[in-house]
Amino acid sequence: MPIVAESLPKRENELREAFWDQVSSFPEGDKIKRCLQCGSCTGSCPVSFAMDITPRETVALFRAGMIEEILQSKTIWICASCYSCTVRCPVGIRVTDSLYALKRTAIDRKILPSHFPVPALSQAFISSIKKYGRNYELGLGFRYYLRASIFKLLSSIGFGLKMIRLGRLGLLPGKIKRINEVRAIIDKANQMGEH
Amino acid sequence: MMEFAYYPGCSLEHTSSPYDKSVRAVFDKLGIGLKEIEDWNCCGATMYMSVKKIVGYSISARNLALAQKMGLDICAPCSSCYTILKKTNRHIQWEPKERDKINEALAAADLSYDTEVRIRHPLDIIVNDIGLDKIKNRILTTLDGLKVAPYYGCQIVRPHGEFDDVDEPTSMDQMLTAIGATPVHYPYKLRCCGGVLMTTEEDLALKLNHGLIAAAVDNKADIIATACPLCQMNLEAYQDKINKRFGKKYSIPVVYFTQLLGVALGIPPKDMGLNRLIVNPKILSGYYKEALV
Repeated sequence: MPIVAESLPKRENELREAFWDQVSSFPEGDKIKRCLQCGSCTGSCPVSFAMDITPRETVALFRAGMIEEILQSKTIWICASCYSCTVRCPVGIRVTDSLYALKRTAIDRKILPSHFPVPALSQAFISSIKKYGRNYELGLGFRYYLRASIFKLLSSIGFGLKMIRLGRLGLLPGKIKRINEVRAIIDKANQMGEH
Repeated sequence: MMEFAYYPGCSLEHTSSPYDKSVRAVFDKLGIGLKEIEDWNCCGATMYMSVKKIVGYSISARNLALAQKMGLDICAPCSSCYTILKKTNRHIQWEPKERDKINEALAAADLSYDTEVRIRHPLDIIVNDIGLDKIKNRILTTLDGLKVAPYYGCQIVRPHGEFDDVDEPTSMDQMLTAIGATPVHYPYKLRCCGGVLMTTEEDLALKLNHGLIAAAVDNKADIIATACPLCQMNLEAYQDKINKRFGKKYSIPVVYFTQLLGVALGIPPKDMGLNRLIVNPKILSGYYKEALV
């Protein structure tokens, strides 16, 4: 596997290595090397029109030695995980999972798009699970909007009240009984590293 | 008796409580046992697994380990939980090294898992295990004349396609036909609603959902049937915003496919959370009055 290319800057090589590491950690991850640049992924993606770099372009940029641009893009955070690209790819690339691999590389190396709140939602979600064992929807929404947009937080109050009235929004977090089990699993798995 | 380990998932506890109620009511009516996995935890969702892989899979696997102890396959109505739990299974089967890692994490909670549990979606169980012939024998009211847009969403068939075609699924259409309703032509049946993008990229998600609603209305649907909490929430709760943003006056009810089946089976509307919807499905009242006689 051509992991390191001497013509590339050291940092690029380090990031590429981290990415290859991620890609080898899920089934059929290495099929990404077979990309034909046909564009089926971009064509079937329902949100590619809103991406700064399309799914096809991510592979092209990677091949051109520009992984940092990919990590800084909004693309990997806009993917809605619909898996259209994955079922359409003619050479069987797990495109969605490959975007996750880029996401993990980005978080691991703290290379995130600036002024972009989406990674904050992931962090808020993770801490909710560790605290309660389940997703506390009201708390998650509150924490996210507080960070992303106060205006949105205020404009969501009416909606929140409506959902509470319909019995569709829990006011208090429901903590599972054996939360210690979940925490022990998380701690142990965390010790094994990022993948 | 057919029995499953029931994994409701976080959404079904609150925002999608009508889905939870209707799945339980329908399964009860059809004589299928649902034993809730005691003290289940969040499946980790895409959000966890995509940023912390082994941790995500490990907490997901706790639920699989608990179901394995019960000796039952899992029934997971939330399409996202369904896909995540299946991915966890697949990951554990893929590589002994990964299975060992996940089991090492589980051991911290005195649990272990060796991939014996199958993950099933209620739509799959209803159409393929119970079978539509049996359903037809049990219905009290046929939903004659009700035009339904069958919206499958993404994660029920993608990426795995275990019980239906990844491009042209038909199981929900078949179920609707079996209860007398008419599934309309709905070319967007597999098009993404954006899921959690409604929180992070609202403009983009409103656009996606506007397209989904417009396609249902243009094809003369009275109602949209969904099989996923996120799809239902986006299509229903954001109709007001879609109307404002795109200058429309949509008011199309968005229900769970289990609620329609329940109406046909004569289950009282309140037992299926039909009174908890934002867009009142008035069109159904004619059908359930008849069933209650």
